[in-house]
Parts: sequence; structure tokens; C-alpha cells
Amino acid sequence: MTWDEASVAERARAFLAEHDPAATDRLEFLRARFDAGLAWVHFPEGLGGLGAPRELQAVVDRELRGTPDNRPGRIGIGLGMAAPTILAFGTEEQKKRFLRPLWTGEEVWCQLFSEPGAGSDLATLATRAVREGDEWVIDGQKVWTSSAHTARWAILVARTDPDVPKHRGLTYFICDMHAPGVEVRPLRQITGEAEFNEVFLTGVRLPDSLRLGEVGDGWRVAQTTLMNERVAIGGTPSRRTMMSVVAETWRSRPELRTHDLHQRLLKLWVDAEVMRLTAVRLREQLAAGHPGPEGSGMKLAFARLNQELSGLEVELLREDGLAYDDWTFRRPETVDFVGREAGYRYLRAKGNSIEGGTSEILRNIIAERVLGLPAEPRADKDVAWKDLPR
Amino acid sequence: MTLLYTEVEEELRAAVRALLADTCPPSAVLDRASRAAESGPPYDAELWKALARDIGVAGLLVPEELGGAGASAREAAVVLEELGRAAAPVPYLSSAVLATQALLTAGGQVAGELLGRLAEGETTAALAVSFAASPYAPPAPVATLGEDGTVSGTVTGVIGAEAADVLLVPVRLPHGVGLCAVEASPAAPGAAEGAVRVTTVTSLDLTRPIATVEFASAPARVVAEADGLELPWVWEALARGAGLLASEQLGVAEWCLTTTVAYVKERKQFARPVGSFQAIKHRLADLWLEVVGARAAARNAAARLAEAPAAGPLGDEAAVAVAVAQAHCGPVAVHAAEECVQLHGGIGMTWEHPAHLYLKRAKADQIALGTPGDHREALAGPADLPAPV
Repeated sequence: MTWDEASVAERARAFLAEHDPAATDRLEFLRARFDAGLAWVHFPEGLGGLGAPRELQAVVDRELRGTPDNRPGRIGIGLGMAAPTILAFGTEEQKKRFLRPLWTGEEVWCQLFSEPGAGSDLATLATRAVREGDEWVIDGQKVWTSSAHTARWAILVARTDPDVPKHRGLTYFICDMHAPGVEVRPLRQITGEAEFNEVFLTGVRLPDSLRLGEVGDGWRVAQTTLMNERVAIGGTPSRRTMMSVVAETWRSRPELRTHDLHQRLLKLWVDAEVMRLTAVRLREQLAAGHPGPEGSGMKLAFARLNQELSGLEVELLREDGLAYDDWTFRRPETVDFVGREAGYRYLRAKGNSIEGGTSEILRNIIAERVLGLPAEPRADKDVAWKDLPR
Repeated sequence: MTLLYTEVEEELRAAVRALLADTCPPSAVLDRASRAAESGPPYDAELWKALARDIGVAGLLVPEELGGAGASAREAAVVLEELGRAAAPVPYLSSAVLATQALLTAGGQVAGELLGRLAEGETTAALAVSFAASPYAPPAPVATLGEDGTVSGTVTGVIGAEAADVLLVPVRLPHGVGLCAVEASPAAPGAAEGAVRVTTVTSLDLTRPIATVEFASAPARVVAEADGLELPWVWEALARGAGLLASEQLGVAEWCLTTTVAYVKERKQFARPVGSFQAIKHRLADLWLEVVGARAAARNAAARLAEAPAAGPLGDEAAVAVAVAQAHCGPVAVHAAEECVQLHGGIGMTWEHPAHLYLKRAKADQIALGTPGDHREALAGPADLPAPV
């Protein structure tokens, strides 16, 4: 059937009538919501969706406001990256097995992509996967893994063929984070806390049934994940933004205001408004079936704005800006760019131009794919991975 | 409301662009600007006729019942994008936007008659107010209406006056203020020889110079009058003009970005196109992002202005959209033109390359109708970010 706003709203209300959130166990409620196709309406029927247009999710969220949610901040990587990849490349068994507990939050996911020697140049990664019968044996080290300490599963890219150029010898797996040989160590950041981890993989054995996509096709599968990551970081609409946080500080501390800061803050307010309008225009283009290249720039703009705003807030606070809320080596379960206090926000925002594609790489992408400028030299394009200098 | 372009707008753009491509390439504009010292202001009367009368851009903002096209700020914005892209020396902004908007706000019989003439494309008008005036602090009238019904006084910084048949001038009245229409040509019925003198000032912007307009007992008709010191006709014209100027700035920025990208692909140094160096690629990627934002902001201003009533004060949403568009697009056009000059290297510094026409237009536009700082300050209220006390 073809879904529209009215029929989706009707379905959500019918679901609520049958499942009283006050009288149902939280997890049971979420499982039932998934089974009713109201988890992510653009997913297929039977996999938590209705096969409906993505924008109708807002209708469901509106109808179900105030009911138990899946605490999206805790399972962002599963929702934003693992799920679209599993949907695009998973077998029917994999989709059936993984998507439901992923969405309900029963199983947390993390991402085993970056390595100490493979950051912007992810395709040069060195973690090996060697086939032994129906199993793969994984050895290597991953880094910048948020949620690894809470995760049940991971999406993993590993090298299955070192004898071909770097992009061609990769395979994509689902990694069991409880398997023997998986060791998670916290990685302390400039904020004091350890939101990220290092993950050491030593002789980890994964059944072939946890492979996602074809052997050697891992780079293509990973592209789906990474495109979704940039959308997740750059495009998340949220009520609480860095602008609203800093504006609140400005309003509540009139004694700290200066004319210089006022002009700079107003400029950033304009920047935030222009970014919002750009996003509105981008969504209109998507809805009209003409996706524009503007999306490539959103994360770049978001990182710059967050950094400038959070920097201005610390400066504005003067003596309070000299203090820091807490250097304790903590392990948070969620990522919140605008949480805690000004000093934390300032330091955390530094990651915005690094994580999920550095601003420098994004500028290359815009210059090459949008403006058509010459590509960076690729000395390693036709060289077997094992022969690359490192 | 949409921030995209409608089919009608794209058709209008195509017509304007085709005409400009045929008759107004950068080399022709440069010629005209270079000859201005000998042959006077750079305005291209033939091109203006073709635009105003044949394509009908002069009457876009004029309602159908007064003989106009009854279109909106959205269509006018598309025309301005194209004119900005060509740095076209035509009095569109001065006549079809600023003067037209002043008359629309004034209303009444004289305004209606003048709007009909403007919409036909046979008459051109100019608003005799400094182009540097801010809509947030409109200047008090410097001209006076005498008891004999003539206007006297000197207004500086006026654009489009050389091309104007009719000058609209704010005047002081014994009990308030008014807007008068003065026929600029001595041959016009009711005009007097030597009563209006327009002197072109040597201007930063070669394609839209400013002029000093002197009225010496010039016969005038009163278009509108009001008690007190408020000049709603001028305020509305400046505010709406500022919102539409953002689209001209977008056009300027687009030409600069496109031209620069094309050049750095061709120009080779160190046996490589200079556009293959990251130092250049990254600057152009950043500029592209600014232009993408400028398009969203300019479109938003045009769409909000189109929704606002043609006369009467702008609502809060439209006023915010105008201020945001100006605060962003002014600096973006300047940045684009500066990058254009820099990334063209030595050739960008020469008179023979048209980049400087755009730099001069962009810098003048940044000052025009309120500086970016004026527009930012105007946002302090709506954004609830109060100034220091």
C-alpha cells in the first residue's frame, strides 16, 4: 500500500491503543513497536518499517511522543551506520537476526574501521582476516571506537587480500565483541574522559555467516556506512544546539557582555541561520528528487560553527572560563556535543572537524567532486597493498 | 514557501541570461566602464530597453492593475542574480526595485501614474537617497519643498540618477516630510531648464557609479506626505532593496567562483594545473560552501519578501530574512571577488581582466543599503541576543 501522513498516523494511534506504554514493559513496548513497522518507517515491512517515505517517520515520532524510546544517544552507531549497511548488504538471516535488537537498544553496536596507521586513508588498513574453513581469523588493532566497551557487535573492515591494490582487498564483517581475543582498552581524550577505545583483535574467530557483502567488496560496503556517518554527524536536527546553548549563557550573564563579543556572536548566529536555511533547501531538493551537492558541505559547516561558538563561550565566561568541570577519567555511555560545561564543549568540538572525515578530506571531496578540480595524486592506486611504503 | 526556483523563474532567468550573453559580455562592460571618463556614465540604454520593455523586467514588482506584471520579489531576485553575474550596467536596482518600491509604499494617484509609466519600460526613475543609507537609520530629508511647489537641495551618493527620467526625492515639509517626483529631463512637460543637475562622482564601482543630484527650484509633484519625521516610503524601499540586493551579491559571487574554478583548471605552473594544489582546492571548497549558504539566504529573503504585502511594513520574519541575507551575502560576494583576483594571480590585477569590475561592485554592494554590521545589529532583537548595557 502507499502510505501517507494520515494512514501512518492512524497506524501509530492503533498501535498505542493496543500497547499502553504505562502498562507495558519498556522493552516489550519497543519490540512491539518494531514489529508494528513503526521503528523506522522507511525500512521494509518485517524489518521494523512500512516501506514508507522516510519523512513520514516524523509523523510516528509525533504520535508516539512521550512513550519509552530506545535512547538513541546510546546506540547512535547502530542506528546511523550499522543498520543502513546491514539493510543494504545483509542476507535475509542477518537482517532478521540483527536489526530488531539493534533498534530496541538491547544490543549496542560499535565501528571497527580506523587504525593507528589508517585514518583519512582508511583503505590502507592493516587488520588481517584469514579464512580457515568456515571461519575467519582476525588479527589487528582498531582505534577511535566509541561504545566498544558497551557494544555487543561491531561493524569491521579487514584485509582479506594483501596482494591486490588497497581498495580491492578488503572485506566487511560483523564482529562479535564477546568473542575470545577481543580486548577493549579505553582511550583517554583531551576532555579527560574516554568516550573512545582502542580495540585489539588477536586470533578472533568469526563464522563466515558474519561476513557482510562479498569477499573483496568491503570498500564498497564501507562507503554506505561512511556516507551515513556524515549525514548522522552533520545533519542531525536537534533542539539543543551549540547556538542555543551559547545564547542561553549570553542571556543569563549580562555582566559579561562586550560590544566585540556581541558582534562576533551575532555573526555566528547568522552563520547558524544560514546553515539551517541551507539544510532546508537541501531537504527540498531531496524531496523534489534532485539531490544537490550541498550535503557534502554540511558537516564542514557544522564543525566550524560548533568550534567557533564553543570557543567564544569560554572566552565570554572570563574567570569561569578558567575553570573546568571535571577531569575525571570517565567512560560515558553516550556522546553529547553540547553536554556538560563550556570548557568540555570547547574541547569536544575539536573532534568535530576530525571524526567522520576530516575537514581537509571533505574540502578535497568538494573540490574534486563538486567543482571538478584535479584529483589528488594517487601513487598507491595500482600497487599491491603489501608493497606500499609504510 | 520554497527556497528552490520555480519553472517560471527558471524561464525568466534563461531569457535574461540569453540577452546578457549576446549583448553584455564582460569585455563589453569593461569597454563601457573604460570609456566612462570621455563618454559619461556607463549605463547601456539599449540593453536596458531590451530588458525593461521587451523582457518586461521593469514591471515585475508593479501590480497588474497598474500595468505591471504582478510578479513578486522572487522573480525580481532572479533578474538581479543574472544582472550581478554580468555586472550589467543597467538601472534595474535603482529604478525597478528602489524607486518602484518607494512608489508602491506611497500609493495614491501620482504614484499609480508613475508606476504605470515605469512598468511600460519607457520611463526610468531613481530614488534620490544615498545608496549608503541604512534601512535601520534612514537619513533625514536634505531637500525642501518650497511654497511655490518646487524642490531645492542637494543629495549625494545616488545610483541610477544619470539614467533616470524621474527623480523621487524625500523632502522636508513645514509640518512633516514628503516624497516628491521631479522630472529630470528639461524637455519633459512641467520641467524647468537647469533645475536638476546630476553630476557623476568618480566612483569605486565602475558599473554603477554614484552621483550628486542638485535640485534648484525644480518643479515637483507631491507623491506622498506624512506628519513627523518618519519616511516609510524610503524605509521600505531600502529594506526591501537590501533583501533583493542579496540576490545580486549571489550573482556576483557565482560569477567569481565559476570563473576562478575554470581558470585554475587551465592555468599551469610547476607543470600542473594550479587547481590541483590543495592550498587552492581548499580555498575554493570553502568559497563554494559560502556561496551555497548565500543562495539559501538570498532565496529565503526573496521568498519572505514575496509573501509580505507589497506595501506596508515588513513583518518580523521578512525583516529577519533580509538582515540575515545581507549580513551573509555582502561579505560572501566580497570574499568571492577577492579570491577571484588573488587566484588569477598577476592577470587578476590587470585592468584588462574583468575581475576588478566584480571586486568593485562587490565592495560597493557591501556598503550599500546597510553594512553587514548594521544588519547584524538589527538581528540582536529578533535573536534575543541583547547588546551590552
